[in-house]
Amino acid sequence: MTQPQTQTAAGGGTGSGGQSAPPAGETGGGRTTPKVSGDRVAQLGPLIALLLACVFFTTQSEQFLEPGNFSLIIQQVMVIGTLAIGQTLIILTAGIDLSCGTVMALGSIVMTKLAVDSNVPPVIAILLGIVTCAAIGFLNGGLVVGLSLPPFIVTLGTFSIALALTHIYSKDKTISSLPSVMTKLGETFKIGGTAVTYGSLVALSLFALTWFVLKQTTWGGRVYALGDSPEATRLMGIPVKRQLLMVYVVAGVIYGIAALLLVARTGVGDPNAGQTDNLDAITAVVLGGTSLFGGRGTIIGTLIGALIIGVVRNGLVLMGVASIYQILITGILVIVAVSVDQIARKRG
Amino acid sequence: MSTTTENRTPILSARGVHKRYGNVTAIDGADFDLYPGEILAVIGDNGAGKSSLIKVLSGATIPDSGTVSLDGEEVRFKSPLEARKAGIETVYQDLAVAPALDIATNLFLGREKRRAGPLGSVLRMIDHKGMKAEADKQMKSLQIGIRSMSQAVETLSGGQRQGVAVARAAAWARKLVIMDEPTAALGVKESAQVLELIKRVRDNGLPVILISHNMPHVFEIADRIHVHRLGKRVAVVDPKETSMHDVVGIMTGAVVHDLEHPDEHDGAGGSRAASAEPGAEQAE
Repeated sequence: MTQPQTQTAAGGGTGSGGQSAPPAGETGGGRTTPKVSGDRVAQLGPLIALLLACVFFTTQSEQFLEPGNFSLIIQQVMVIGTLAIGQTLIILTAGIDLSCGTVMALGSIVMTKLAVDSNVPPVIAILLGIVTCAAIGFLNGGLVVGLSLPPFIVTLGTFSIALALTHIYSKDKTISSLPSVMTKLGETFKIGGTAVTYGSLVALSLFALTWFVLKQTTWGGRVYALGDSPEATRLMGIPVKRQLLMVYVVAGVIYGIAALLLVARTGVGDPNAGQTDNLDAITAVVLGGTSLFGGRGTIIGTLIGALIIGVVRNGLVLMGVASIYQILITGILVIVAVSVDQIARKRG
Repeated sequence: MSTTTENRTPILSARGVHKRYGNVTAIDGADFDLYPGEILAVIGDNGAGKSSLIKVLSGATIPDSGTVSLDGEEVRFKSPLEARKAGIETVYQDLAVAPALDIATNLFLGREKRRAGPLGSVLRMIDHKGMKAEADKQMKSLQIGIRSMSQAVETLSGGQRQGVAVARAAAWARKLVIMDEPTAALGVKESAQVLELIKRVRDNGLPVILISHNMPHVFEIADRIHVHRLGKRVAVVDPKETSMHDVVGIMTGAVVHDLEHPDEHDGAGGSRAASAEPGAEQAE
């Protein structure tokens, strides 16, 4: 009982007499303000991490700052970035999608094989590939909504289903000599000496569109509400089940677009593509500051998260680090990002 | 105040409502009346059927028989949405607000204000500015002192959060507000704030049905008290003329209150026969 008193007395003594009271008041007032600034830090965090990564790799490699390198990073990251858009929508509803990578692979095989082996007009084949991805999204959403199954298990199942279907349908063969329409998005044009693919533009437009939908429309607002408090959302008369199902279908369509970007970038339909992309997409979302508990996060954060992955991978390659270390570092990054998120929430 | 209610028509009333779940009779010929401009507390022991009655009034449950009238006209709500469309809003005890969303968004949850013209009708764009302005107006009219409508609800105290829920109900209700244990999750000081708020809702012209277990709260703000027991209304008392002790007595059956149905057992027998009728008709 007496010990705390002597401690405060000692504290007052070091504070040179009468001035000990105002600092105590300041700390008391300071406690209410960090909430706002803490939120701002949470939003700025990913951007600072990206800049720090850029600064670090600039000091490590002279090639890093070259314009061609940036173009490469963007090309490399856009497929994962597009997958991460769909993933963001699902994580905002407090769900998760482990199937995104293999669903994309299935979509890419469907569109290339239909066009090359079955002579389906390329544009129709592309649309059918996207529809296939949307159908698996519908299956995911239907099981999550209809049977109230956990998204983790449902998408773990469809991850394997999509993987198997991809290999069965493609007979394990890579599909090449694609019609030019399919590789069009892989072609580049120059902005101030930097080569940019059309596919990167499509992906960036998709980010912009998703930003608009999430921030400015009732549909997007309800995605946040649903993830934040499904009970409150239901009580306010919002058709929660329909909304959730829609999110999974829309995510499927986005994976279909990612499939097209993948085909355009690689120039082939590869049945082995996308198997670890689910973790990359989730990493991008989490690095971007979106909470795995739903209802909080931004699409801009996801873009930054995807760029962090791209920059770190590219930088490590330039430094000559073996690829297995890249995977190690990506794993560490996810855990750090989730931990920061969790600690920030507990404080706020 | 209790004398004037006799001459007025109730804004919401129910007559002879029955509801059974299997062998359990949840509502056993209950009557109900809410008059304009009042706070009517509904009290009853656990299992007395008061929440079943409230669910009928708010559209969450469809009664087996009996009538519900709003403004003298019979209504048959098939869902809470229909009751809400008719002007009845409900505040739930477990703070049905979304914590990460801001106050304005919460006030307009499910009823978002859209931008004018094709931006709103085609693109379904939200009018963030308009929502904030209206939320600000609503919060001020109820004297809830919150500075910014873009503040996330989770940054508010429990009392302020329930204030947001009450303000939302009051903003959308055209006829009346049902409050289901609005202070159950709150501390003493915060409860006091919410009780003051409920009075202001009434004073602003909306009648309130208050379901509560908390006798001091009920006696502090209710204009009349509806006592529910064994699935029906057994008494309506004026808190100014009746002691808390007597009300608890009526609630638990220790005191038999002389109202419309002096003989409980007879009423129960009659109601079982009545509730069996609709089923029999359907069979034929």
